[in-house]
Amino acid sequence: MADNTPAGSTTDGAIQVGGAQQPIESRYSARESFDVADFPVPHGREEEWRFTPLERLRGLHDGTAVAGGAGVKVEVSAPAGVTVETVGRDDARLGRAGAPVDRVAAQAYSSFEKASVVSIPKETVLSEPVRISVQGEGGVAFGHQVVEVGAFAEAVVVLDHTGDATLAANVEYLIGDGAKLTVVSVQDWDATAVHAAQHTALVGRDASFKSVIVTFGGDLVRIHPRVVYGAPGGDAELYGLYFTDEGQHQEHRLFVDHDTPHCRSNVAYKGALQGENAHAVWIGDVLIRAAAEGTDTYELNRNLVLTDGARVDSVPNLEIETGEIAGAGHASATGRFDDEQLFYLMARGIPEHEARRLVVRGFFAELVQQIGIPELEERLIAKIEAELEASVA
Amino acid sequence: MATLEIHDLHVSVEAENGPREILRGVDLTVKQGETHAIMGPNGSGKSTLAYSLAGHPKYTVTGGTVTLDGEDVLAMSVDERARAGVFLAMQYPVEVPGVSVSNFLRTSATAIRGEAPKLRTWVKEVKEAMERLNMDPAFAERNVNEGFSGGEKKRHEILQLELLKPKIAILDETDSGLDVDALRQVSEGVNRVRETGEVGTLLITHYTRILRYIEPDFVHVFSGGRIVESGGAELADKLENEGYEAYQTKGA
Repeated sequence: MADNTPAGSTTDGAIQVGGAQQPIESRYSARESFDVADFPVPHGREEEWRFTPLERLRGLHDGTAVAGGAGVKVEVSAPAGVTVETVGRDDARLGRAGAPVDRVAAQAYSSFEKASVVSIPKETVLSEPVRISVQGEGGVAFGHQVVEVGAFAEAVVVLDHTGDATLAANVEYLIGDGAKLTVVSVQDWDATAVHAAQHTALVGRDASFKSVIVTFGGDLVRIHPRVVYGAPGGDAELYGLYFTDEGQHQEHRLFVDHDTPHCRSNVAYKGALQGENAHAVWIGDVLIRAAAEGTDTYELNRNLVLTDGARVDSVPNLEIETGEIAGAGHASATGRFDDEQLFYLMARGIPEHEARRLVVRGFFAELVQQIGIPELEERLIAKIEAELEASVA
Repeated sequence: MATLEIHDLHVSVEAENGPREILRGVDLTVKQGETHAIMGPNGSGKSTLAYSLAGHPKYTVTGGTVTLDGEDVLAMSVDERARAGVFLAMQYPVEVPGVSVSNFLRTSATAIRGEAPKLRTWVKEVKEAMERLNMDPAFAERNVNEGFSGGEKKRHEILQLELLKPKIAILDETDSGLDVDALRQVSEGVNRVRETGEVGTLLITHYTRILRYIEPDFVHVFSGGRIVESGGAELADKLENEGYEAYQTKGA
């Protein structure tokens, strides 16, 4: 499908290996700050904003968005043994995974009033997921969520975004030594919602972090998952799935900061697009710093363009400052829906809409299986099929 | 008795400088139980005939008729043709990532038969058909044509032929790229289907080699987009000895 890149799309990539010249270094040395005043208002030319339609951010980027209206309703349901708290800005547990790295995330950090902290005590293995429902009720809101997993604890957290909102938020994951955390963040917003969020994970010694980002809805959704390692032996798997429809802007910007030896990361994002001005952006930045010997990393992005008029920008970047690594690689490909696949299936009697469904299901199948929560897998498949029905109709 | 009738078929493809005519008046009748070999040099339009009959969107029919038992095949969509009983075993079967062979076969059989086959008998049916073609059972869990060797792809095509039981089977260079063992097994599969007497076979090939395993009732020489000579099996022997040279000037 690589020779089948739709017009107007980019599938760039770069691998930088050490040395004096590091033209993309600015990405990684970007400032980090909790204070919005440390970030100038973006104008669209900046590397981290060049794909984002700023005018559709409803002022989240320039200080004109003010919390108000019905806002969002956050509800946490957690199995026994989990502590759920609402805390003030001065709580010591906030901000430990890392600081905001762009103006909108810093705006969220500077503007939220109450944060939610979910704590899973050490050595607690949850049999049920923690469910965090973020229900947009039409207003502007700034959110902060912390999920803290104690040493050797195991948990699954499902963050579910629905309704309509203009929301800027930070989510922090603190994963203790030997702990395992799976987080599924579903952006199933109404078509009018605007959502920008930074998800920062601090992965402890020998800990495992699995993130699954699923984006279906919204007018503009911009998610920025970041991983940093606190100690050696950490493992991060970052999966994503998006279905971008007519007029939607869905942007996923990943950053994995390998600054610690013997850590692993694996990134796989897949998206389907359909309709006029559907725009998906995927940025995959992986930095292997000089100290991070024994790093093993791979990142992949695949896009399936189902109709004309959709646009994908897919930009993997791998920067390597040490040769003493186990492995590093990336792949990115964007292709049109393959008419030959359609012909093959139809030539076996399978009607067109069913053939399309088979191909798109197949495209996402591997990724959906990675989630490991059957109920959620079924919901996602149903959602993908509903999106397809809309396109066939 | 099922009959495929092709009359004065003209087909074009879109080329850089406008449409280019590839088929220039093909006449052919294939009846259930018969095997017709279509032989011709590269570029003579053999594969275009195969894909046009199956309804590939790349080919535009500009004239003529194709009917199956009187029904207008050209008016049918690709899937309708398959359900009407036309099967094309492709020269280059297409990879479908993420779709398992078993899911594909069952979806296809459900579409062709008009109802989902009963699971128990279906599993047995597939297993036995795979054994006959010397295919590893693990094959069913692989993705359609993904990473298949040339021989595996062709076996998979013939597996579908056996399971879908079409009225008319078009085999487009099924012999190409096969070693002798694979050719024999694939041919045996075709012969099992032929022996039911319920399929009319259109065997498209460049080489006479496969005709040692699958004996045709009729041989047609294809050149310049049409049939230039027809005869019995003995015509294949003539081609084996003399090649296509005599036809190439005539057809162009």
